[in-house]
This record gives sequence, C-alpha cells and structure tokens, in this order.
Amino acid sequence: LVAEIEKKITEAFEVFDRESNKTVDVREIGCIIRSLGCFPTEAEVQELLTKIEVEEPGGFVHLGNFLPVMTKVLLDRRFQPIPEDVILHAFEALDENKCGYITKEDLVKHLTEE
Amino acid sequence: AFKAAVLIQQWYRRHVARLEMRRRCTWRIFQSIEYSCEQDQIKLHNFFSYLMDQFTPSSSKERDFISRMFISGESYKEAELEKYCDYESIEVPDSYTGPHLSFPLLPDHATALLEAFQQKQQLHARYVLNLLHETRKHLKQLPNISHVSTCYSEEVTVCGDLHGQLDDLFLIFYKNGLPSPSKSYVFNGDFVDRGKQSLEILVILFTFLLIYPKEVHLNRGNHEDHMVNLRYGFTKEVMQKYKVHGKKILRMFQNVFCWLPLATLIDQKVLIIHGGISDTTDLDMLEKVQRDKFISVLRLKKRKETSRKPQIQAINGESESGTDAAGVEAAPRLSLQPQSAQAPSTANRLEFSRWLRQTVQEQIDTCRRLVDISESEPEELTYSSMVSLKDADEPCWTRQEEWKQVLDILWSDPMPQEGCRENKVRGGGCYFGPDVTEKFLDKYSLQFLIRSHECKQEGYEFCHNRKVLTIFSASNYYEIGSNRGAYVKLGPDLIPHFVQYQANKTAHLLTMTQRQGFLESAFRALREKLFAHTSALISAFKSYDRDNTGKITLSNWATAVESVLRLGLPWRMLRPQLVRSTENGMLEYKSWLDDLAMEQRSQEHIQSSLLEVIYRNRSNLETIFRIIDRDHSGLISFEEFQQTWKLFSSHMNIELTDDGINDLVRSIDFNKDGNIDFNEFLEAFRLVKQCP
Repeated sequence: LVAEIEKKITEAFEVFDRESNKTVDVREIGCIIRSLGCFPTEAEVQELLTKIEVEEPGGFVHLGNFLPVMTKVLLDRRFQPIPEDVILHAFEALDENKCGYITKEDLVKHLTEE
Repeated sequence: AFKAAVLIQQWYRRHVARLEMRRRCTWRIFQSIEYSCEQDQIKLHNFFSYLMDQFTPSSSKERDFISRMFISGESYKEAELEKYCDYESIEVPDSYTGPHLSFPLLPDHATALLEAFQQKQQLHARYVLNLLHETRKHLKQLPNISHVSTCYSEEVTVCGDLHGQLDDLFLIFYKNGLPSPSKSYVFNGDFVDRGKQSLEILVILFTFLLIYPKEVHLNRGNHEDHMVNLRYGFTKEVMQKYKVHGKKILRMFQNVFCWLPLATLIDQKVLIIHGGISDTTDLDMLEKVQRDKFISVLRLKKRKETSRKPQIQAINGESESGTDAAGVEAAPRLSLQPQSAQAPSTANRLEFSRWLRQTVQEQIDTCRRLVDISESEPEELTYSSMVSLKDADEPCWTRQEEWKQVLDILWSDPMPQEGCRENKVRGGGCYFGPDVTEKFLDKYSLQFLIRSHECKQEGYEFCHNRKVLTIFSASNYYEIGSNRGAYVKLGPDLIPHFVQYQANKTAHLLTMTQRQGFLESAFRALREKLFAHTSALISAFKSYDRDNTGKITLSNWATAVESVLRLGLPWRMLRPQLVRSTENGMLEYKSWLDDLAMEQRSQEHIQSSLLEVIYRNRSNLETIFRIIDRDHSGLISFEEFQQTWKLFSSHMNIELTDDGINDLVRSIDFNKDGNIDFNEFLEAFRLVKQCP
C-alpha cells in the first residue's frame, strides 16, 4: 500500500516538475497536496512546509524531502475532504439575510477579513 | 462565520488545484501524443528500410510496385521545372474576382491579398505559380545564414511556428504592424501543416519577402519538407484548393522549400534556427552546404554501408561480361534475384548482362532517390561520388555529415540535463543540454539562441539559463484555449520584449464548460490510443492476473498501461477519467476494453484485431497511400490497395488471410471503376466526436 501511495505522490509531483529534475517550486506544493485529494488550509500547508526542507536560493522542494512527509499525510488521512453538507452550512452561515445566495463582494469581504 | 470562510477557502483551493492538475495533465497528453505521432515516422522509415533491405518481392509486379513507392517525384532539372510548372499558359478567366498579381510586386498587392484572404477568397493558380517562381529566384541568391542588423533604432520581430493558422498571422500584423522598411520580421519556419490555411500564409509571407527583401527573413522549419507535408496536411490542402494545378504547385513548393535559408543571425549575436543545435553543429559547414540538395531531410538511416557493398559486387559482376549466375547470386536479395519470368535465359550472355546492367542501374537510381540527392544535380553522379563529395578546394565533407548538420538544426530540442543525445521521440535531431548551448555560444561569440519547434503554453519560454528562447506563434495549437501564441521584438540592445495573444478572443475567458471541452478532447485522444493497443494491453493485464480472475488492481493497471503505451503520462492521476467503474479497487479489464471499443465507430464486419491494427497504423498507412497516389487524386486502385496492405502486414507480421483483406475492402465504398477513395476509408476510422 505504501508503494502505491508513493507512486501516486511521485506522479503528482512530476506533473509540476518543470525541468524534470525532481524539484518543484515551493509555491506549487499546496497545489500538489490538494490534487492528491487533501483539503488543507493555507496555514496547514505552511506548517507542513516547515517539516520539509526547502532549498535556497529560489525556494525549491526536492522529491526526496517531500515524499516521506506526504506519504505520512496520506497514510494518516489528514486534511480529509469536506463533506457537501458542511460546505453548505458554511455558505448558509455567511448568508446573513437567508436569501439563498451571497454576493461576490460579501464573499470577498469574509475571505479577506481575519 | 470565520470558520465558514476558512472552510470555503479550503474547499475552493482544492478545487482550483484539481483543475490545475488536470490542465497540466491534459497538456502532457497532447504533447506526448503529438510526439509519438512523430515517432510513427520512424516506423514508416523502418518499413521502407525493410522493403529496401530484406523484403524479397515474389514477382516483377511487386518489385515495380515497391520501386514506385520510392520514387517520390520525378526529378527535374531546372529548365524542366520551369517548363513543367509553367504558368504563362494558364488563363485567368474574367469571372475570377480574386486579387491579381503583377511583378515586381508592390505593397498594394500585399494589402489586396490580405483583404482577399480575410474574405476567404482564393488566389488564382497562375498567380500562385508565378509567385513561386519569383520567390525561388529570390531565395536562390540568399546565403544559408541570413544576416540582420538592428542599426540605429530598428527593431526586429521574430515569430515562431504558424502551422497554417492564418488568424494568428493576421493578429500579429494587426498588433505589430505589417512588414515595411522600418519593420523587420524573421519567421522561424513551420509555416505549414496541421492548420487549414498553410497556403495563404505562404502566399502572404512570400509576397512580403519579395516586396521587402531586406526586411523580411524566412527560416526553413522541419515542416518545410514534402515528406512531412504528405503526412501532416499541406499536400492535402493544396490538392483540395487547386484541383487542376495542384500537382504543379506542390512541385514548386517542394523546390522553394529547399531553397529557404537555414538560419538567421542578428547583429552577429543572436542565432535564430527552427529546431536547435547539437554538439557537432558547425556554422562554417552550414554556411557552405548546398542547402537545395536537402529536399527532404527525412530519409533512411541504417544499412547504408551494407546495402552498398553488394551493389559494388553486382557492378563488378557486370563489368566482366562473362559472369555466370554465381556472380548474380551474391547480389542483394531485394531485386537482383533473377526470376525466370524476367531474366533472359543465361544462355544468351549479352542479353543477360544488358538486363543486369539495367537492373543495377535501376537499383542505383532507387538508392539515389532514397537519399534524396541529386534530384537536380547537373552532372551525373558516379557511384563513388554518392559516398563522399570531393571538391578540389573544399574540405572533404561527406554528404552524411552535411545531412546531419541540417537535420540537427531543424529537428533538435533542448533538454534540462547536460549532454547531447539522439532525439528518439521525434526520430531526428538531438536533445541538447545547457552545456552544449554554452559551448556553442562561446565558440561563435553569440549571446543567445532563438528557436521554435515546440509548443509552449505562454507562447514563449526560456531555458538553459535564459540562453535559449523558444518562441511559438500558433495559439490554441492543440485545442481552443490550449495555449497562447507570442512573438518577440529585439532592439539594438538585444533585450527581448514579448507580446502574447490568443486568436480566439474569448479563449482566455473560457467558461468551465469550454475548458471541459479541451480536457475532454485530450482524453478522447488518449482513449483512442488505448483502444489501438488492445491486444498488447490484454497480454499485459493477463500477466498480472495469474489466477485468471479477469480483474487486476488499479496499481497494476497503471503499470501495465505505461509499459504498453510508453507515453510517460501520470496514469494514476488520469485514472478517474479513464476508468469509470471499479470494484474494491479492482478493475475488470476485459469489460473496460470492450467499453473502449464501443466508443470507436467501427465497421462491425471487420475483425476487431484488424481494426486495432489499422487504428494503430493509421497515420503511416495514410502517408503510404499518399506516396503511392502520385497524381494526388485521393484514389488508389483496388490492386494497389491490396498490394500495400499485403506488404505492410508482412512487415508488421500481421496474420491476414486474403478473405480478411477482401472483407476490409468490400466494406469501403467503391467509387467508379474499382478505385478506393482512401480519404473516405481513413475517415471511417476516425473517432466520432461525442455530442455534448
């Protein structure tokens, strides 16, 4: 099972590996994690990154460093997908007027407020 | 509320990431399929090699048929070319409403052409031919490497591949302005094929070339090559648009292409070539080659030496006029096998040696044509001069070396790793690394290279530490929304400034559904490929299913598929789009393959294995048909079709009974007198686009 997970992670990694040299830009790590089926928050991604060595200059992550950390994430089933009804609740919570929709401006306001 | 926002953010980010992943995978799919198509070209050449070296024709008819395949066009000396492709006798009827050209060309002619093409008009064949003759005259005077300078404040605009996409050329002219004494342009090859308006692009480019010869520069690309045109659509386009004079026009294009310069140098500092370089690229050699001798850069590679030795033997055999049959048997198996039906009886020695000489001469001609030398060589090439060109003053370069120089320039790709290796994916040229670039730039005191040849998402891309710039000007190359096109402007400071665009204006505002369409088409292409390899896939799957349960794990599925298709794609990522239903992580592979088969529109009465073979070799078959179809009519006779198929299947080791072939042929509509419209035939095997 571990071998299969590792293959999957490697595949996803290689899609973002522009120069085929087993490194990706650190800014793509979030994308890779998410395309493997996880739903981390930005903060969680950053936290994960602290565990992975980032090569300077340029901010590159090597597959060798990424693989073990990501494998553990998948094995531990961290950052599980959010079920649909939970998301629905989330939208409803922001819909103060209970009209069934929220405007773009409102959404932006909420997402950028701390 | 905060928590809600965070949740939404999480969910949204994941959604975006997934889309991004899919987009990149789709890109990869198109690229790998495109390149594996070019790999088909290798297979085709292996097929021709096989015919040349190993196949023993069992009848004179077969032998004739094969040699016809190699005679890709009658060779014309220059005067003959002018006579054959003469345009003066062609009348332009009064009913013709398109633009009229007169020479020398003026800027007004260019604008007239641009307007005409915008309104989908067609230029009369007479003017096309006239234009081609004048273009040829002009190109002949140019050196292999054009020199451009950005003196004062002049800028040079460099454009990459256009591939018959006229809309992109219009966009470029609209955004950047037309060529003029104050606006220089370099067009870096691949003007034709794939897109549907290659002809119009060439007419426009050649027109501007003649009006502003100092400001407009064209480089040859790997698609400016009639062998490639046969496969990728230019030949078809010309024949469809010019039914009467198409053949002449094609012949002229073939000649004009080989007179296109090979490279352009800006300020002695920036080299522009279509493909790339190799570790043996030698600009001095390139400057001196006779570029018009390389009519098609694609040709057989192997067995040049061995296939010649027996020829020498045969010639020796012939010069001793009293040679007996033993001398003949030492000859190559291909065609010097005396068939009792053909060869005169050995009793009559004079007759025999005459026959032998004729056959040998035929073989030399075939060899010669194969290597595409001397189609317009003024002097007769003796046998030994085929091997090396010895000129009294020039260094003794062999044709082989010169050929490699040109091939590398037109077909190579950069790679991130150091070194230089054969480009097996395309079947020609090299992959060259940053160290090769460094050395090359150093050797010739250059600042950087500009090349094209590869589609890039943003229309341009740097690599090798910004020493190599790829510029690609055909937007939406794979599909609507696939990529932008770009051109680059260089001033005297030689700092590149880019302008990007996308021909379909709404493309970058693609809705979700439209983007889906792009993704869908990639997967459709992939499913077709999978179908084409059904039997190989079944054996691969079976090897993982020892207990014959009919099921395999998804992990094994991915490994098996990669081992068969060798496309280097992330199968585990793609799996959800390709495999619909799984049970406990196991796949019932037989029914999955059956589902794939059902998607393809098929002729039910043809055996499915045959169908698979046709699918897999479709593009090669098409190319072979076009080669046989020398008058470009789109029709080949039933017999030729059978012959082709027989040869091809014996090479591919396909078991096929005569009944099998007959069934196949019967299912195709016969037009008129036993001729097969192979366009129709091949069309029948194209995927039906699924209705949204």
